Amino acid sequence: MELVLAAAIGILAASGTWLLLRPRTFQVIIGLTLISYAVNLFIFSIGGLRTGADPVLHHAAGDIAQYADPLPQALVLTAIVIGFATTALFLVVLLTSRGLTGNDHVDGEDGTP
Amino acid sequence: MSNHLVIAPIVLPLLVAALQLLVGEKRRRTVLALSVASCVALVLLAAALMLAVSADGVLGAVYRIGDWPARFGIVLVADRLSALMVLLTSVLALALLPYALGRWQHRGGHFQPLLQFLLMGLNGAFLTGDLFNLFVFFEVLLAASYGLALHGSGARRVSAGLHYIAVNLTASMLFLLGVSLIFGVTGTLNMAALAELIPTVPERTRALLHAGAALLGVAFLIKTAMWPLGFWLPRTYAAASPVVAAMFALMTKVGIYVLLRLGLLLFGDAAGPASAHFGSGWMLWGGVATVAAGIVGMLGARDLAKLAGYNVLISSGTLLGAIGLQLPAVTAGALAYLVISTLAIAAFFLVVGLLASDGDDETDDTLSLEPYVQPGEPAPNESLYAQEDESRVVISAPIAMLSASFFACALLLAGLPPLSGFLAKFAMLVPMLEAGPRTGATVLFALIIAAGFCTVIALCRAGIQIFWVEPERLVLKVRLSETTSILLLLGLCLLLTVLVEAPLRYLRDTARQIHAPAGYIQQVLPAAEVQP
Repeated sequence: MELVLAAAIGILAASGTWLLLRPRTFQVIIGLTLISYAVNLFIFSIGGLRTGADPVLHHAAGDIAQYADPLPQALVLTAIVIGFATTALFLVVLLTSRGLTGNDHVDGEDGTP
Repeated sequence: MSNHLVIAPIVLPLLVAALQLLVGEKRRRTVLALSVASCVALVLLAAALMLAVSADGVLGAVYRIGDWPARFGIVLVADRLSALMVLLTSVLALALLPYALGRWQHRGGHFQPLLQFLLMGLNGAFLTGDLFNLFVFFEVLLAASYGLALHGSGARRVSAGLHYIAVNLTASMLFLLGVSLIFGVTGTLNMAALAELIPTVPERTRALLHAGAALLGVAFLIKTAMWPLGFWLPRTYAAASPVVAAMFALMTKVGIYVLLRLGLLLFGDAAGPASAHFGSGWMLWGGVATVAAGIVGMLGARDLAKLAGYNVLISSGTLLGAIGLQLPAVTAGALAYLVISTLAIAAFFLVVGLLASDGDDETDDTLSLEPYVQPGEPAPNESLYAQEDESRVVISAPIAMLSASFFACALLLAGLPPLSGFLAKFAMLVPMLEAGPRTGATVLFALIIAAGFCTVIALCRAGIQIFWVEPERLVLKVRLSETTSILLLLGLCLLLTVLVEAPLRYLRDTARQIHAPAGYIQQVLPAAEVQP
């Protein structure tokens, strides 16, 4: 399971980085989205991987080792929300830029000084 | 001291911004009154906070949200450094408000609420005591700054804003990676708890910890605009409306603040031989490279606003290098330089905004400078003497005001006597010499002096062209409110020249406090809690 997750994170991050370096806005935003998936999965995995473990305590007694670390899950939730909002904002700016400059370059070739 | 004082600078702008959104754009007077009230209250709160934490024997104030112990809950921590930064933020915001009244706040929607959200994010970032909330507050201030950077619209702003947002989103991803790596190794995100745990981290995971810290550092260095991560800065700042650019003069300082705080808290002398001073060399040499890049950019800039942007780079680089040295006396001087250069650059952006804009034209509000030598045209100095016109003797009041402000900004930025820019640079450079010969310190010292010299050259050239060679180009519609902002900022710098003793003493104590993080740790995690 570790290998599959690590490969998934790596492939997402690599594709995201490549897309981020492309000259057009649409590629950049897809790249940012892929990187944010990779980062979210990464945060999710730092508490250690385990199957079927519960993050919420059922019983007052019991071994804490049986439970998953709830903090990374809380962190990833916050990161997803913030990432989603900023990506949406970026999309709006992207569309505005397309409207104002008439093209979709982010490599400085959009004709503005 | 009421403990709620610590959270007030975060809650107040949040409530005011929400209220302003509810009141709506149409009731301008109400929105404005709310903004003024909030900024005045913030200055008072910050001053109260500063007085509270600078009393004798007080290490700082800790606010436990929900009264959970620091290891489990979220804490806000105010020490001398945080209080200083919060005060600087609120004073700058208050001084900029009159300028925004003039023409800028109605160039786009929701200027005032965005400014309040920016203040909330800035204050939160300065006061938070754990890494994840630092991320959250960074996102708050960045989201507000995206809106402000685009304020006024226009192709140039949107194009520069697009780059700004893409760069910062990437930096946020690095920030998250760094935070999660550090959490994975240590199991905590509380800064004080981290500082306690770092010396005891097992050797096999220390590399991971360092990787996390380095990723985190890169995220902040992008915000500080260290070379080669800072190419986004001059264009974004030049494209932003002047009042926003002036506020952004503080944004690079947030990165500096975090690097200073985390660098000394997590990787100070107490971090053990393997981790002590981790990354300080990178900061030092990165700072040196940034100053060099800033000098080149400043001398080559053909656009006055970009020239101001490169001044931000020089200021960032100087600060990075100075805090990279990790000497208490240099840090105290660097803090003085941080305050003065923020105020001076903000004033400079405002002056540039007045010189360049003709008020109503939306797209072309930049002031370009001539190249050094124009091929095929007479040398510039001939045109300087070409049309001697005695009627030029009469100088209109706005031009006199603006040229005097420009001159004052030039003195402050270059660090020449008699203004406080000189005192701040002096306070930073003398301890560097006293620390004895170290290659890094010597190179940085020489570069800071060279940067001052080149600032004089660049600003003389700009000033001569603007005020003497082609004064007809100036279309001045200066409003009283706009001059008020500039005079407030410059007056503050002047006041700091006169009253230099008390602030410097405060800064020295601040530097001593942040160089001895044991007090901070003890404050956040009292001994009773350390035992699990």
